[in-house]
Amino acid sequence: MVTITIDGTEVQVPAGELLIKAAEDSGTYIPRFCWHRRMNPVGMCRMCLVEVEGPRGIMLTPSCTMPVNDGMVVHTKSPTVEKAQEGVLEFLLLNHPLDCPVCDKGGECPLQDQTLSHGPGESRMVEEKRHYEKPIPISDLVLLDRERCILCARCVRFSEEISGDPLIEFMDRGNAAEVNTFPDEPFASYFSGNTVQICPVGALTASAYRFRARPWDLREVASVNPLTTTGDGVTVQASQNEVLRFLGVDNDATNHGWLDDRSRFGFEWIASPDRLATPLAKSGDGHTEVSWGEALGAAAENLSAVIEAHGPGAVAAIGGARGTNEDAYALASFMRSSVGSPNLDARLDDGLGTHLLSSLAGKGEIGDLETARTVLVWAADLKEEHPVLYLRVRRAAQELGATLITVHPTATGLADRATHTVTYRPGEGHDLLDRLRAGSGDLADVRAALDEGPVVAIVGRTGLAEDPALAEAVTAFARDLPQASVLPVVRRANTYGAIDMGVAPDLLPGRVAAGGDAGHTGWEKADTSVGLDTRGILEAAADGRVKALLLVGADPLRDVPDADLAARALDAVDVVISIDCFLTDSTAKADIVLPALGFTEKEGTVTNLEGRVMKVNRIVSGPGQARADWSIIDDLAARMGRPLGFESAEAISLAIAEHAPAYGGITWFLLDWKERDGVVAPRDGVEQPLQYIPTTSLRAVGSGGAKRGGFALHLGRLLYDDAVLTRQGASIADLAPGAYAVLNPTDADRIGANGHVEVDGHRLPLRRDASLAEGTVAVPFNQPDGPPLGGSSHVDVAPGAGA
Amino acid sequence: MIVEALTRRMNAHPTDSHTMERYLETGGYEAARGAITKTRDELVETVKESGVIGRGGAGFPAGLKWSFLAPARPAYLVVNGDESEPGTFKDRQLLERDPHAMVEGIIIAAVANEVHHAFVYIRGEYPKPARRVQQAVADAYAKGFLGKGIFGGDYDLDVTVHLGAGAYICGEETALLNSLEGRRGEPRLKPPYFPAAKGLYMAPTIVNNVETISNLPYIFGEGVDWYKGLGHEVDTGTFLMSISGHVNKPGNYEVVHGITWRELIYGVAGGIRDGKELKAWVPGGASAPWFVPEEHLDLPITKDETGKQGSMLGSGAVIVMDEDTDMVAAAERLVRFFAEESCGQCTPCREGTTWLDLILQRVLHGGGREQDIDLLMDVSDNISVGLGWPPKQTTICPLGPSAVSATLSLVKHFRHEVEEHIGRGTPVTISGVSS
Ligand SMILES: Cc1cc2nc3c(=O)[nH]c(=O)nc-3n(C[C@H](O)[C@H](O)[C@H](O)COP(=O)(O)O)c2cc1C
Ligand code: SF4
Ligand code: SF4
Ligand code: FES
Repeated sequence: MVTITIDGTEVQVPAGELLIKAAEDSGTYIPRFCWHRRMNPVGMCRMCLVEVEGPRGIMLTPSCTMPVNDGMVVHTKSPTVEKAQEGVLEFLLLNHPLDCPVCDKGGECPLQDQTLSHGPGESRMVEEKRHYEKPIPISDLVLLDRERCILCARCVRFSEEISGDPLIEFMDRGNAAEVNTFPDEPFASYFSGNTVQICPVGALTASAYRFRARPWDLREVASVNPLTTTGDGVTVQASQNEVLRFLGVDNDATNHGWLDDRSRFGFEWIASPDRLATPLAKSGDGHTEVSWGEALGAAAENLSAVIEAHGPGAVAAIGGARGTNEDAYALASFMRSSVGSPNLDARLDDGLGTHLLSSLAGKGEIGDLETARTVLVWAADLKEEHPVLYLRVRRAAQELGATLITVHPTATGLADRATHTVTYRPGEGHDLLDRLRAGSGDLADVRAALDEGPVVAIVGRTGLAEDPALAEAVTAFARDLPQASVLPVVRRANTYGAIDMGVAPDLLPGRVAAGGDAGHTGWEKADTSVGLDTRGILEAAADGRVKALLLVGADPLRDVPDADLAARALDAVDVVISIDCFLTDSTAKADIVLPALGFTEKEGTVTNLEGRVMKVNRIVSGPGQARADWSIIDDLAARMGRPLGFESAEAISLAIAEHAPAYGGITWFLLDWKERDGVVAPRDGVEQPLQYIPTTSLRAVGSGGAKRGGFALHLGRLLYDDAVLTRQGASIADLAPGAYAVLNPTDADRIGANGHVEVDGHRLPLRRDASLAEGTVAVPFNQPDGPPLGGSSHVDVAPGAGA
Repeated sequence: MIVEALTRRMNAHPTDSHTMERYLETGGYEAARGAITKTRDELVETVKESGVIGRGGAGFPAGLKWSFLAPARPAYLVVNGDESEPGTFKDRQLLERDPHAMVEGIIIAAVANEVHHAFVYIRGEYPKPARRVQQAVADAYAKGFLGKGIFGGDYDLDVTVHLGAGAYICGEETALLNSLEGRRGEPRLKPPYFPAAKGLYMAPTIVNNVETISNLPYIFGEGVDWYKGLGHEVDTGTFLMSISGHVNKPGNYEVVHGITWRELIYGVAGGIRDGKELKAWVPGGASAPWFVPEEHLDLPITKDETGKQGSMLGSGAVIVMDEDTDMVAAAERLVRFFAEESCGQCTPCREGTTWLDLILQRVLHGGGREQDIDLLMDVSDNISVGLGWPPKQTTICPLGPSAVSATLSLVKHFRHEVEEHIGRGTPVTISGVSS
């Protein structure tokens, strides 16, 4: 710390900090436009000028580029400073259209605010202002009004420095300088919405929010992004009981204020007219609306009958990752205690081992990336599956100088920042791991880099055709690297929270292994043995051992890679009960459909990939008669004569704090009032019963499914796909690119493919990518009109007919 | 008054001074051959002793600059041949007529700064000079003066010639480095991006003007004493002045510091065209405050004296204006240049220079108002805080603050002309309100 004097008051500030930040943190706000605390300073707008006393007299200096040093004397309100600030504001307003009444930013605009506090009362310019066509769409989601732009370059710097897709730039110079995209190249960034949020004027606006509201009409609540597992802080804003906007909140531990566009604009599903508002019962080919009493009565009766006839194990539940931890805890309690079945799973056969995900000994945190010397990413393409983590890894490599190694069947979104881009043919990962461990051949450099700690390893399934055992083996390897911090990653929403709550065949609430001591659970009688996972449940259903399926926010027909198996299972079971927000392909087959509240419609907690527990909040009431999952489940249990006795979500949270060991002491009160950025479970001093150390032997690693052809299949996911919440968000629904097949150019030429290929008989447009290993075909999973390839590890590829 | 050092060869051999044959025949490359046997310290010391100052405009002593080079390697040398300031055309002559002097200077500067890759950045509108330089570089490679093991020794040196794309701001050294790296030509923040510490590709870099570099073969060839003996006791050596405007003999002249402006304008440049009266002149490039005969004609041309009078010699561009010049029009033209050439990063420079130009245009076209003179001064003050000389640098580079010089000079020396324009016109009417 050093001591500086700001406007006559001495304050202690961290040495080397930029003056603008040091001043703000110690109570003096210096006006600014271009400076942003998550980006490097550029000193362009000149709004933050202050006077600093120095050896050569008093100097007028931008405070955003000036680091503090001991004894510095600063004046932020002297007449010279005020004149300079007035001058800059007058300059900025010279050409500003002052169309505030029709500007989305009006009311929350730094230019308006600072003009009021620091600006001249009027403009002395009598000449004609600069004119541009306004506004011009620069992507599907963002519009640009160059007349309003004050050329602060925040958008330009964000896309260069943070997201790494520099598609928006300054053009021309002087008076003609403007921000724009390149001819014929739209601002097609996964992160474009961030520029709308950080633009200090209304130059960049989002089509989803244009003319929808004025800021003073919005109510807002702090929450957590429901579409990713990174735990991104968001502010949810609503007006007249409708959610209108998501803003990123700067959570130091997770998202640094950034959101991907799917998360930012994906909220539109909340107000979709397709939301389920009334319970439904099957009648003929369709459903009819029924009352809650009828629906729950029928559901309870059906389930009881199955238990009676086939035993509790014939009931199974899939899903639960779309809800809160409280919902998940209710589901786990219901299945294991009320029903007495251990067959439940929040993963949809797309995940990793639950012990790895929830209870890895010495698991890392996202923040470890700030001090990492080496970062290993052996997982899905982070840009597509974990956008905010992708930004944090980019930052580590680009701004903090870490050595970045990616291991994936293709080059990934991180390729431009990776020191080593290692690719392999799917199915040969174990071989690669062996060679990496030995540092043999061309992997010697990579191996050497991995010996430079601290190492952060981000580990996951690179694609859905890959055996999850590989990630276990990679984790076992990575844990032993110097000062290693390992983050096992999966993509879907609250998977981590649901598993921690025991929506898993082999875990009990609070990170306790199933099959062992279950004294802590507080359940009077329960089946705490190891049950079936989603694949096991579907197989058992398909051959008649499971008779009733409870789907909780799950659409196995689309979400489970092996869609064929899911279809056979749903057809074979006697009873399907679905708790969901939408009538999906799978819920359409349900006997009883129970309408559920979604995020922003209920309060509770969620857990991110670090194990960080965070609070989500309610701001709108939800459609019609929809109810929270926990309340539906509680009612169902009571009607089955096996009551759980949950009275509110908060009451459940107290039960969690009591009965889920790793969550000891984590209460809503703590999260609401003290730990706004969330707390990583377990808290200090609380013990986590299961400390999982993966030991998977490489020989056990197989390939993820049936070999049906000669090409290894890489089945990765893209940010935009055909998942129901994406499909239901009007702004983002059309952004999924559709299915295609990728081949190495050598393979494409060898088989004579051009334009299209047939993959297991499905005709797909062909793309070429030299980074993809030969003998491999990559197809994105769950694209609109995509082929059902899941369940295979190898497929047939033939030249497309008519190509 | 006119001396011959840098211009000796081109004056003696007007048709082929640019060729390798002529250069070798007139003692070329001997200085470089000698220099490569010396240590960095010895070479830097010699340049310091010679007192040669940078000719790119800022007038910074070259030897001192070299001694600031950070120790990290690789280091780069960049020769600034962007020469785009109105009235400046001296580097063009050096590049076109004596490119080998620069190449030889590059070899000396490279060895002195432990550089193995040098770049020459030439303004895009200089195709012929650029071709000559490219030929000279190719010839030097062919002779083994550049490339691997130059002069048969073990020092490697590559030279890359690069053409700009027509932006004045790319003459500012950090904008030049951005441009050379393929980025947008806009100045970098100093600190932290001082070229000598973090320059080209973030490596330590020396940026010197073409003329500065072209002096080196003479300093090393003929000796420091000879070089110092040529000129003024403080401002040593000779320097090239580009004289344009209403004089009888516009052109480039090699002179020594210490002669008076009268000697330069009436002697060297042959006096004012058509026997007219001298009204004012720009003493050192478009950003230099103007001089007027009543106050400045008999002052000696030295860096210090010009500075004391509130102006600068800059890059040696003298623009002479006769009695018929409309000073408002002259100021407007200069301000327009800066408004168009501002890179657009800093608010005061981007917006302020354009506004000044709009006001001056309005005054010129009969729309002037009484308050416009105060407005011009206040807008200038908001661009160049305090209106001092040299300007306080409150923007990223000096372009913005120095762009107000013409306006200030206009109001200071020719206020009555502005008032006349205003008096002659009809006030503009905006939205029905007379203002
Ligand atoms: C706006 C601006 C334009 C400049 N243009 C040139 C130029 O065209 N040529 C040049 O040599 N220096 C120019 N300079 C000066 C350079 O930044 C730098 O100081 C010079 O190249 C250093 O060389 P020297 O030390 O040999 O003078 C310019 C500076 C500014 C601020
Ligand atoms: S569009 Fe907005 S963020 Fe981008 S430069 Fe203009 S004002 Fe700044
Ligand atoms: S002063 Fe002008 S030219 Fe220089 S960096 Fe700023 S805007 Fe660009
Ligand atoms: S905030 Fe410092 S110059 Fe813009």
